[in-house]
Amino acid sequence: MNTPVVVAENLTRHYDVKGGLFSKGGTVRAVSETSFKLEPGKTLAVVGESGCGKSTLARLITMIEEPTSGTFAIGGDNVTPETWARHRADVQIVFQDPYGSLNPRQRIGSILEEPLKINRPDMPAAEREAKARDMLKLVGLRPEHFDRYPHMFSGGQRQRIAVARALMLEPKVLVLDEPVSALDLSIQSQILNLLVDLQERLGLAYLFISHDLSVVKHMADDIIVMYLGRPVEVGPKAEIFAKPRHPYTKALLSATPMADPKAKKTRIKLEGELPSPLNVPAGCAFAPRCWKVKDKCRAERPTLGDEGHPAACFFPEA
Amino acid sequence: MPLLDIRNLSVDFATASGQFRAVDGVDVSVDTGDILAIVGESGSGKSVSMLAMMGLLPWTATITADVMSFGGQDLRGLSDRQRRKIIGKDMAMIFQEPMSSLNPCFTAGFQIKEALRLHLGLDAKERHAKAVELFEMVGIPAPEDRLKAFPHQLSGGMNQRVMIAMAIACSPKLLIADEPTTALDVTIQAQILDLLTGLQRETGMALILITHDMGVVAETAERVQVQYAGQKVEEQPVGDLFETPHHPYTAALLAALPERATSRKLPTIPGVVPGQFDRPAGCLFSPRCQFADDRCRSTPPAPCGPELGLARCHYPLNAKAEVTA
Repeated sequence: MNTPVVVAENLTRHYDVKGGLFSKGGTVRAVSETSFKLEPGKTLAVVGESGCGKSTLARLITMIEEPTSGTFAIGGDNVTPETWARHRADVQIVFQDPYGSLNPRQRIGSILEEPLKINRPDMPAAEREAKARDMLKLVGLRPEHFDRYPHMFSGGQRQRIAVARALMLEPKVLVLDEPVSALDLSIQSQILNLLVDLQERLGLAYLFISHDLSVVKHMADDIIVMYLGRPVEVGPKAEIFAKPRHPYTKALLSATPMADPKAKKTRIKLEGELPSPLNVPAGCAFAPRCWKVKDKCRAERPTLGDEGHPAACFFPEA
Repeated sequence: MPLLDIRNLSVDFATASGQFRAVDGVDVSVDTGDILAIVGESGSGKSVSMLAMMGLLPWTATITADVMSFGGQDLRGLSDRQRRKIIGKDMAMIFQEPMSSLNPCFTAGFQIKEALRLHLGLDAKERHAKAVELFEMVGIPAPEDRLKAFPHQLSGGMNQRVMIAMAIACSPKLLIADEPTTALDVTIQAQILDLLTGLQRETGMALILITHDMGVVAETAERVQVQYAGQKVEEQPVGDLFETPHHPYTAALLAALPERATSRKLPTIPGVVPGQFDRPAGCLFSPRCQFADDRCRSTPPAPCGPELGLARCHYPLNAKAEVTA
């Protein structure tokens, strides 16, 4: 087993919402008590629906925001806001929308060189350019693309540029926030292949955030399933897909459409919708939508156990 | 005679840099009780062909078709006033973004009652009763309260239910759903798809589902039509399409699905969809096709027969021995 590059323990992020003229204030519990480890060369996928805290988790790991409580360490070194500057180069992020995440007024070359300009100010310009050109090749773009502007590229090529920019500082961890959900199917597979290829070559650890379970199934080694800010099930990919233990995971898997018209479907129909994170139910957060709910679920919150692969449920599936 | 019959539909847009053909000779035919899925990537003209039929395109668009009839009525050359009598009543459409397709200034109830007033001429009391009934039909809890709610007070899934309730308010013969679940979460998507297919079974209307998600297609549709760069490249019943795709594009698209992957590396389709200025002379897919030869690059192929899924290809795949011989 490799030594993990990132160890996160009980990461929590709450936002205080000020009351307005007509509403009271409150606390949005975006992420609560989430722990995980990221190993080099491995992919940890975070899945869940909108509002489950996956993007907030990405913001914590990339040091865009400070956790309310809990800690995380990169390479054994505890990360606090004072040491952010030192660690930021180790964790880079690729965003969902390749149209919004590149500056339209910058040429590709200067987009790629900018991280080096800021973080390695003593690097000579010639070396910087050489590095940027190498990176362009690594992500499968041609040398003549160096002097072009983002609008001259298609969505898939832009996502390659975004990946290249993230890799300029030789990070250990890449956070991929829905990297392919804005892309067409025929382009999606090109980017997924690129990510697999880069991981093999550079030994990167991926934190892969996605709501598309078929993509997750292809990419992940381990999976965290989140519901309303808390992990409800954690485990290796094969186990989660073959034997989901938490009812929510089971429902999520059954709701995902399969591209096979002959597949037998027993779809679990979930009633209702995600409760507001302002007002999380007292017991198990999933209790109001769960078909196995008992009185105990409404009163107490189940914790992630440690038998099998952990699932936060009092009555897990066998 | 089919309920909706469109033959050789083309749509051109006048852009600053010249004419751009978004839809190129597309045929669509749907009968009462059909569920047809139109699949394609962005820019394949799947939405534009439906918008053209509904008369919802801007004036820059030039629409030509050999036949465009709905329920026996010719849709070409209808005045706006005549068209408005049909759309929203016999033919309804729901869109991808439920949040932005409802008017934020009016309550959900006002917006649904507007359709009832204009098309059915019900009085206020009847309108209210009908609106409550429709909200119950689409599974909106506490319909009396939700009628008074503004779109921003409802979630995405609820707004999409409101849109569906509005669309089925006048019992349309044809419902067009343009990416109805793309903006929604998976568990909500499952609810909405079940609702749409359930309503379709109950009322026997025809349903056209526009989507790019092969999973949604496999689970919902009966017949599938694949579009690429404005052309229909293939049409087959859903089971056959997934089993024996005839057009190389369909085959490549299916192979690129992560869930069909057999190894870490996914099969890819090289290149990108042709744009306004790099439309190839022959088959539109030829620059990206692994089977393309000189004939493909020079001569545009005509659609094959129905036994080959109307594939627009010189060398259709999975052809039976007697056909190729």
